[in-house]
Formats: sequence, structure tokens, C-alpha cells
Amino acid sequence: MNRKIICIICPRSCEIDAEIAADGSVTVSGFGCQRGKRYAESECINPVRTVTSTVCVEGHAPLPVRTDKPVPKAKMFECMKAIAKVKALPPDLHMGDVILEDICGTGANLIAAAGRMRNGN
Amino acid sequence: MAAWDYEYSVVVIGGGPAGMSAAIAAHDCGVSDVLIIERENALGGILRQCIHCGFGLELFKEELTGPEFAERLAEQVEQRGIECKLSTMVLNVSRDKLITTTSAEEGVLTIKAGAIIFAMGCRERSRGALTTPGTRPSGIFSAGAAQRYVNIEGYMPGKEVVILGSGDIGLIMARRMTLEGAHVKLVCEVMPYSGGLARNIEQCLHDFDIPLLLSHTVTKIHGKGRLEGVTISQVDERRRPIPGTEQYVECDTLLLSVGLIPENELTTGCGIPLNGATKGAEVDQDRQTEVPGIYACGNVLHVHDLADYAAEEARIAGKAAAELVRGETGTPADIRLKTDGKVRYTVPQRITVKKDVTVYYRVSDVFDTPRLTVTAKLPDGETRDILTKKYIRLAPGTMEAVKLSRDLTGELPDGTVLEFRLN
Ligand code: SF4
Repeated sequence: MNRKIICIICPRSCEIDAEIAADGSVTVSGFGCQRGKRYAESECINPVRTVTSTVCVEGHAPLPVRTDKPVPKAKMFECMKAIAKVKALPPDLHMGDVILEDICGTGANLIAAAGRMRNGN
Repeated sequence: MAAWDYEYSVVVIGGGPAGMSAAIAAHDCGVSDVLIIERENALGGILRQCIHCGFGLELFKEELTGPEFAERLAEQVEQRGIECKLSTMVLNVSRDKLITTTSAEEGVLTIKAGAIIFAMGCRERSRGALTTPGTRPSGIFSAGAAQRYVNIEGYMPGKEVVILGSGDIGLIMARRMTLEGAHVKLVCEVMPYSGGLARNIEQCLHDFDIPLLLSHTVTKIHGKGRLEGVTISQVDERRRPIPGTEQYVECDTLLLSVGLIPENELTTGCGIPLNGATKGAEVDQDRQTEVPGIYACGNVLHVHDLADYAAEEARIAGKAAAELVRGETGTPADIRLKTDGKVRYTVPQRITVKKDVTVYYRVSDVFDTPRLTVTAKLPDGETRDILTKKYIRLAPGTMEAVKLSRDLTGELPDGTVLEFRLN
């Protein structure tokens, strides 16, 4: 299978061609640098994204949250469901505090992406 | 009795990334009495609602969300003991650097400043400017307003969404609303290229199979009470709708992401003219406007691609404002920067002190393998090319930078014009 991947690592936006063989091995060409090569390979083998959203808890302003590392792209919606289920927040919350450990078995934690600045506090 | 209530060496108007960075830089250059005036009840500006990643790679060398980026800067503001007046609106700024403010807590105040830094940011262009025919139902929002509803207020503005304009906020909201369960049907862009960053096209549209229709626009709005649908049409190269290409798209929400415009009411209020291309003040290498001691930086000066760049520019203004109040001045120069139209604008527009200057510029169209030439036109009629630079591609969505060293410009006599052109 052939795929075109636009590299997003730098503004040059190289169009990288990827060939995925039957055994799953990936050959890429057209990259402008090694970082782009690695990006294109990971896009073919295991694309990952950082999930950012908000946690809405009764009586609080929405709290921005994110995964502390990228999770598999295919698990983004599952993570969103887990985030929607959060019904309580730790008291005296700080930026970086863990809200959910190992979200959806991805190995990533969901962390608070804002602390006291939220809504003027 | 003094004619003012407070006096500060440096007053920064706006507590977003540019304002905070300018205040931090001024403080770090030895000015202890710096004040930030912010109309919201918290520092952070627009970053508070930009909960997505992509901030901080330049400034903090790690990828952060908007609120995290803002909080990092706010911590630096706090550590330095920089004063902030929150929930405070600036009503007027005068050329002799008197600032009139109003707040519920202190009423109307007059503040005297040694130097003023404008960092009010920008606002979104509104639909009114687009004059789309049709009805005027509810369900039409600017992308930024929708972002505020979802991320700060905590509710969704609609379910079936069409986005007009492929600016970054529109793309970010396409992903955000999709993840929250809405159906984003398409993004249409009147230009033949997207105005957004490549990474946003990839990760906000392609990841979710949201189509991007280039050279398309909304030509009619349908619905009474609530939006029911839009007609979209293809446009020709002069952006006129092509008859016969209309298609009806059912939707309850239309987001407009048709560009940002610097928020310059205070600037024009004190008689500072705006540049036609940037819609911000004209400035020198220190980001000083034509009024000595009044500076502008960040998105109020010209719309930046990244908050990091706005913050970096703000440091230039903050440092220069501090030098001004400390009485430090360099060797004067008088050089003007002009553009050929293909180069749409430069910032700064003039060089008034002999020093190394980084010139930022933006082009007006997509150019493949262009070459930038900077030509010096001396007052005696002599012309010489002082710099050329080749590119693989230049596009309006990406701000570019070239360095002019003091050696390069220091030799040029007063009255020289530097022309930036593409060929
Ligand atoms: S491959 Fe390298 S040069 Fe090309 S866009 Fe990616 S990071 Fe930039």
C-alpha cells in the first residue's frame, strides 16, 4: 500500500511517500530530513496524538486537561469518553496534577493543564 | 495634588503572552516598577481558551497547551513581583503617556507612564465584513467565540457544523467539536490554499476525514430562528462564485474563521496611524511607534503565526522600553523599509538606531522557488543589493525573517530606503 504523508514537523511541509509492504515493513522517501523520516514511519506504524480536552465538574469552571504523552490515534475517542466520565477533581489542584492514571490503558496519564489561573483563581 | 493617581516607569496594556513577555523583559532590564493592565479577571489572554497543544516549543523548548504556556509566563510575572491590575479596562491613552482606566474596584483612574507598551492582541474578523446573502438566524459564530463557549463556558454551540475559512482557529475547532461529538461536515476556503498551518490541516481535518474544499465559499445562509443550512459555491480565480456550482449543505452551526485583525482602538485613539497591510502601528526596530515612548508588540502590531513569536517580539519592546526609561540610547539612523507588493509587509518599517535588526515579513501569495532581494536605494540615487536569499516555497500563512546585521545597515546614509522584493 502507498501513502502520502505531509510532514508537520517543520514549515517546509515535505510530501513524504510511504510504501507499506505486506509484512508491515515501511519504506519512506521524499523526506527533507531525518526527523521527517521518523515522523512518516511512526505515522504508518503507530500514529500517536496528544489528547487535549476539558473536564467539566459540577460547580467548577471547565478544567483544561491533556495526556502527558501522545496516545495511539485510534484511542482518541475512547480517551474522550473517559474524560467525560470524570466527576470529581482533587482539592487544591495544581497544573500537572494527575486526573486519571494510565488513561484507557495507553500508559499515558491525564493531567491538569491549568491550575490556579483558571477563571481568575 | 498630582494630575494622576499612579505613576509607573513602564505600563503594559494587555496581559496575554505578548503583554506578559514585554513586562518580564522590561523588569529583567532593570525597571522595577512595571504594571500590566488586563481587562479579564486573569492573565493569559486568548491562550486561556486555546487548550490544544502546539505552544512553547520556541520559548520553553517543550510542547505545551495554551493555558500551560500562559501559566508559565504568569508564574514568571509573579516571581518578579510585577504588578497587575485585572478586570481593568483602558479607556484612553494620550500622547503624553497618560492612561485612563476604569474598573469596578477603583473606578476611573489616571496612570502616568514613562513608557507604554501596547499588547492588546487581535480580534476576529466578523461575518458582517463578508456580506453573505440570506437570512440572519442564530447558529453562526466566529470560531473563537465557539472556542470560548466550548473550552471556558463548557457547552457546545451545535451539532452539525460547517466551517467557513481555514484559519487555524477554525481548524482547531473542527477537531475540538468532532472530539466532543459534533459532526463537522466540511471546511470551505475561498482561497486556493489554506490559511492554516500544515499540522492543523493534517491533525484537525485529515485525522477525522473532514473535507477541505479550496476555492469555495458560503454564498447563502438558510433558516429562520436557527440556522438550517448553507449554500456553498466554487469560486473563480477572482473569488467570484461560479454559477451552477451551488450545493446545499444542511447544518445547524456555521463557524467563521476568516482571519484576525489587530485590536487598535487605543492606538488610533492617540493619533498613531496604522499600516495598511499589517493593520497595526508602524514601528522601528524596537517596536516603538511614531510617538516616542509608546511601543506595540504581539498581535496588536501584526498577526503572528505562533504565540511564541508574539512573545519573542514582545521581549524586544520590553527591553527597549526599559532602555528608554533608563536613558540609554544608541547611534541614530534613518532608514525606511518598503515592499514590492509580493512582499506584503515588513515589521519593522523603519530603522532608527544602528544595531542588528531581524526583519519579519509576510508574502501576499504562494510562490515556488522565489528569491528575496533587499535593495538599498541611497539618497544620492545609487542602488545596491545588500542581501539575497533563496527559498523553496513562500506562503502567506508563514511569517519569514531575515537578519540585517549592523555591519550591513550601519554603512547606509540617512534617508536610505530598503526595498524588499521577490523575484
Ligand atoms: S521532512 Fe524534515 S524538512 Fe521536511 S517538513 Fe519534515 S522536518 Fe521539515
